[in-house]
Amino acid sequence: MSLALRLENLSKSFAVGKRLFGAPKGHVHAVHPVTLDVPEGETLGIVGESGCGKSTLARMLVGLLAPSGGHIEIEGQPLDNADPAQFGKRIQYVFQDPISSLNPRKTIRQIMEAPLKRLHGMARAARDKRISEIFAQVNLREEFLERYPHEFSGGQAQRIGIARALAAEARILILDEPVSALDVSVQAQVLNLLADLKARLGLTYLFISHDLAVVEAVSDRVAVLYFGSVVEVGRAEDVFSAPRHPYTKLLADSAPVVGRALSPPESRETELPDPLNPPKGCAFRARCPNAGPRCAEEVPQLEGETGQVACFHPLR
Amino acid sequence: MSTLALLARNRLALAGLIVMGLVVLLALVTPLLPLPDPDVTDTGNRFLPPFSEGALLGTDHLGRDQLSRLLWGTRLSLAVGFAAATIAAVLGAAVGIIAGYYGGRVDNLIMRGVDMLMAFPYILLALAIVAALGPGLLNALIAVAAVNIPFFARNIRGITVGIANREFIDAARLAGMNDARIILSEVLPNVIPVIVIAMSTTVGWMILETAGLSFLGLGSQPPQADLGSMLGEARAALITSPHTSVVPGAMILIIVMAINLLGDGVRDALDPRLRSGALTRPMAATLVRREDPAPEPQGDDVLSLCDLQTQFHVKHRVYRAVGGVSLGVKPGECLGIIGESGSGKSVTALSVMGLVASPPGVITGGAVHYKGEDLVGAPYGRLRDLRGREVAYIFQDPLATLHPLYKVGDQLVEAIRVHHALSDSEARARALGLLRDVRIPNAESRLDSFPHELSGGMRQRVGIAMALANDPEVIIADEPTTALDVTVQAQILSLLDTLRREKGLAIVFITHDFGVVAQLCDRVAVMYAGRIVEEGPTRALLEAPAHPYTRRLIACVPELGEGKRRLHAIPGLPPAVNDLPSGCAFAPRCDKAQPACRQGEIALDAYGPRRLRCLYPETELEGTA
Repeated sequence: MSLALRLENLSKSFAVGKRLFGAPKGHVHAVHPVTLDVPEGETLGIVGESGCGKSTLARMLVGLLAPSGGHIEIEGQPLDNADPAQFGKRIQYVFQDPISSLNPRKTIRQIMEAPLKRLHGMARAARDKRISEIFAQVNLREEFLERYPHEFSGGQAQRIGIARALAAEARILILDEPVSALDVSVQAQVLNLLADLKARLGLTYLFISHDLAVVEAVSDRVAVLYFGSVVEVGRAEDVFSAPRHPYTKLLADSAPVVGRALSPPESRETELPDPLNPPKGCAFRARCPNAGPRCAEEVPQLEGETGQVACFHPLR
Repeated sequence: MSTLALLARNRLALAGLIVMGLVVLLALVTPLLPLPDPDVTDTGNRFLPPFSEGALLGTDHLGRDQLSRLLWGTRLSLAVGFAAATIAAVLGAAVGIIAGYYGGRVDNLIMRGVDMLMAFPYILLALAIVAALGPGLLNALIAVAAVNIPFFARNIRGITVGIANREFIDAARLAGMNDARIILSEVLPNVIPVIVIAMSTTVGWMILETAGLSFLGLGSQPPQADLGSMLGEARAALITSPHTSVVPGAMILIIVMAINLLGDGVRDALDPRLRSGALTRPMAATLVRREDPAPEPQGDDVLSLCDLQTQFHVKHRVYRAVGGVSLGVKPGECLGIIGESGSGKSVTALSVMGLVASPPGVITGGAVHYKGEDLVGAPYGRLRDLRGREVAYIFQDPLATLHPLYKVGDQLVEAIRVHHALSDSEARARALGLLRDVRIPNAESRLDSFPHELSGGMRQRVGIAMALANDPEVIIADEPTTALDVTVQAQILSLLDTLRREKGLAIVFITHDFGVVAQLCDRVAVMYAGRIVEEGPTRALLEAPAHPYTRRLIACVPELGEGKRRLHAIPGLPPAVNDLPSGCAFAPRCDKAQPACRQGEIALDAYGPRRLRCLYPETELEGTA
């Protein structure tokens, strides 16, 4: 099985308190070195809470942010230059907010034509034909093409966003919270559409979400992010039902489930560590019930065969 | 509403437009009019008064015809003013867009340069430019344009920074567009309204500045007339022949007034915040226009809604956001209202205390009884007395509901002192107690924090503390955990649950999440298109949903622990509430719908503890219909 996407020690830090001359005051490490492989045709789910670096990671993968370190390999070829047009044909992005990802002053046709014209240099007739094809694939009516983005509901706008990503003919899609702005009944429609497209076109997905149940329902494998690091990777059916990292367990226990009694899974302060002044050792240790002396000294690395976990005291 | 219609609605702007249109028309047709040459001197007929023969507005100190000079001068002044405004707008916008789009070092360099330009007094800079280039109308134009570039650059840069970070710019980049193309096709169309607004409010000012330079003899050179130089030359005869200065002076006044009135109108018509009505202040309480008499209170509920109807009247359209909702909640009980966006759940909640913005909101029927007292139509003073003290709200986004410039302690103190005559220190002690009640660690030091210094979960705790500030009987929580992370959500939910058991609060909890409802609520009502379709004890309803909508809504929510699978989506979209189908609103999306479902009103019938609005329920409910 060939790899669609390979990240090697990919990291990103932002300078804080920039000065006109001299070094900045400090660096925030939004993403600590991450190494991940995504085989072709897989859906890798990425879960984490706000501020864990999942959107930063996604934006690096499509070239919207230049990484501070590490490599990205797409379909076996390294990509280090940050030219989005180079990325565009091989990897595409579906945005969280469907309405604000469409230019309010352009018609849907103008929006759809941009990738066909710029990335593939298609002529007018070929473009029209291709747009019809794509619109049929995502169940949109062609009369929508002459309208403006504000005339659409969230679900329709997200379909348009997906259609635009398909137009680039990339085989890898980064889906950054694609359904979190949608109502539940529409959310299911969009998730099913994504599943159909994947099966029909042989796509590879990186599905980012904060909703554990959604991630579990669509992913083959799941990576759990905490404070910029991957703390656990495993098969979707195992990660939440039998978590190995204490943070994964905390997440799974916090999700509201019908039929489970209400009890706070943790009573302690739940704030993330200060990113400007990160703690030594494991970032989760202040909230961790199993933390030992070693956790305060060393940063645990991802280890394991089928499922990997970055913890000195895994739960199983 | 179209821009022109909005403009025409503003009477002053319309007057400005008409006057300005006349002036521009006159200036355009000046060469065609039978006027004497404006530059021919006739010293024998100096200072002729107005309405003299052959000189309608008299003559100046060299005997030149005033009317002719006025019209030619107006023509010149307008041309120079518009040219200067256009040059300043184009250059300033270009500078601003480049600085705002690229950001970082480019932005820093450009904007510091602009700051340097702004460090000089306005007129001094213009004088210095003209002094360096030499006097002359063209140089005055350059000077006026140059001193106005910073105004445009700063304005446009601010807007561009906001646009450059929007997602559609990222999308355009991924579609293969380069920077130049993104600026031209994505950024520019979105800043043009701002450029037009800025131009319309500065053209008048630029005409005035050019006139000022000409007045000082630095602009148009004799014998060429513009309004400023006419005024300058007439200065010597101000006392003996005032008409020579009054004529150009009045014209400057008319032009600048008209342009400024028009410019304000254009700004009001184009500004998106004004268009959306965000700056029209809503009334203090929702408008009530009940046609039928208010229903009588029934039962022992602390808060009960009876056939409540709230509508939005936007022009000729009527949106039935809440189409007859009846609900009740007892002390210590938690009632969940679940529904998708647009189902009317938030409007129902806001209607209770008359908090729906009016215009466009109107309560058109039904009643809200709080301990037997009808709140719909209660005088504003009474509503205000009850708001926060008896019925309090918790909203979704605590960052938007807390004032960013006040410390959270001061905001809590204010909330307490609205209803209780307490000294500042007493109120502060009580605020501290409230923060402890909602389990905020280090409550003393948190009193002096600003909202932005707290995390989302802590801010929502402050929001809950504020709702609890006056020991209300009922709390209405509108999606209070939707913006929070799951681990934080779990804590907030358990806090609400503890508080309600400790204090015997009645909670109305609005959400779209079945998991949350199942954990917190005793009873749940499902709303669709402004009406309740099903209501009952949470457990019974979730285990055996009777309405097809409830069943399918539950089915399409993925639940943790069920693995990878296909979801059962509901096809179609909820109906727009200004165009509801007759009969059951869900019928067009329902796989069990029969012709009978599409005809006539379907009642919300009671079956024991449950209520249902469906002709062909999923499960037969026991009890009498």
